[in-house]
Amino acid sequence: MTDVKTLEDVFQAKVDAEQKIEPKDWMPDAYRKNLVRQISQHAHSEVVGMLPEGNWIGRAPSLRRKAILLAKVQDEAGHGLYLYSAVETLGTSREKTNDDLNSGKAKYSSIFNYPTLTWADIGAVGWLVDGAAIMNQVMLCRTSYGPYARAMVRICKEESFHQRQGYEIMGVLAKGTPEQREMAQDALNRWWWPSLMMFGPSDADSPHSAQSMKWKIKRQSNDELRQIFIDRTVQQAEVIGLTIPDPELKWNEETKHYDWGEIDWTEFNNVIAGNGPCNRERLAARNKAHSEGAWVRDAAMAYAAKKAKKKQAA
Amino acid sequence: MSENPNNWPLWEVFIQSKRGLDHKHVGSLHAADAQMAIENARDVYTRRQEGNSIWVVPASAISASNHDDGGMLFDPADDKTYRHPTFYQMPEGAKYI
Repeated sequence: MTDVKTLEDVFQAKVDAEQKIEPKDWMPDAYRKNLVRQISQHAHSEVVGMLPEGNWIGRAPSLRRKAILLAKVQDEAGHGLYLYSAVETLGTSREKTNDDLNSGKAKYSSIFNYPTLTWADIGAVGWLVDGAAIMNQVMLCRTSYGPYARAMVRICKEESFHQRQGYEIMGVLAKGTPEQREMAQDALNRWWWPSLMMFGPSDADSPHSAQSMKWKIKRQSNDELRQIFIDRTVQQAEVIGLTIPDPELKWNEETKHYDWGEIDWTEFNNVIAGNGPCNRERLAARNKAHSEGAWVRDAAMAYAAKKAKKKQAA
Repeated sequence: MSENPNNWPLWEVFIQSKRGLDHKHVGSLHAADAQMAIENARDVYTRRQEGNSIWVVPASAISASNHDDGGMLFDPADDKTYRHPTFYQMPEGAKYI
C-alpha cells in the first residue's frame, strides 16, 4: 500500500511541476482510464463529426466551397487518427476503441446527433461547433499527458481554418437575399444552444471535473470556457448582423462578461441517452462503413503477406 | 476479446520537412505494409506542405528507454562541464579559437 502511495506522490509531483506524463511512466489506473475515456470520446467526435458535414459535400453551392468542405472533412479524419493513436499509447487497441464506438458503449460529442438541414448549417457548424471545440482544444494543448498534448497542438494548428470558413459562410449568407439571411439566422437559432452544451455540464454537476483538474488533464472549467466562447461569439454575430437566440443575453458592466439564459439540460441528457434526432443514423453509418470496409482491410493484409513472401523467395 | 489477426500493424512516422533537416517523429498510424504506411502518412501528416520525405518504422521494432531510468542514464553527464567549450579559459587577445 505504501508503495502505491509513493508512486502516486511521485506522479502527482510531476504533474504539479508541469512535467508531461509519457506512455512508459507509472500512472494511477484511474488516470489512465480517465484519459482513455476522454481521448477516445474526443476521437469518436472527430470521426462522427464528418457525417453531418459529409452530408453537404455533394451539394456545396460552388466548387470553392466544395474544395474547402472536402479539406475540412479530411482534416477531421486526420484529427480522429491523431487521437486514436494517443489512446493506443495507453495500451488500448484500436480495435477495442473502434468496437466501443460501434457498439454504442463509447460516447461522442452529442452535438453531432443534430441534423444539417440547410447549407447555412455548414456555416453554423464551422463557426459555432468548431469554435466551441477550439476553446477546449487550445486548453488541452497544455494537458498533462504528453501524447494527448502533442496531438492537440497539431489539431489546433489545423483547426482555425475550420472556424473561419464557417464564419465566412454565415457572413456571406447574412449579406445575401432575405431568404439567405433567414437561412443563416435559422441555422444560428438551431445550433446556438447545442453549441453551449458542448462545454459539458455546469462545474457543480460535472462528475469528472475536479479530479481531471487535479491531474491537469483539464486546465479550465466547463463554465469558464463556455463564458469565453459566449463573449467572443456574441461580438462576432454582431459584426455579421445576426441575432443570438437568447432573450436574456445582456452585457454585464460589472463582470465584463455577458449574462445569458438557461441551458435546457433535459434536452442535453436526452440526446446523450441516445434520443437525439440522429443518434441511430450516426451509429448505423459508422457500423455500415466498418463492416463494408472489412474486405478491404482483409485484402490489404493478404496482399501485404503475398508481397512479403515473394520478396523472401527472390 | 481476441484481436483480429488481420488488424493492420502500427507504424511510427517520421517526416523530414525540408532537405537537410532531420526526420522528426510526428505520430503513428496503422497500415498493412510499409508502402501503404507511407501513402497514409502522406495523407495524414503532410496535408499542409509539411513534408519532403517520409520514414515509416514498425512500432514493434522500436525500443525505448524508460523515463524513470532517466537519472541513471543521464545524470552522469551533469558534472562533466569540461565537455563544453565554455569550460575553458582562453588568454586575452587570442583570436579564432
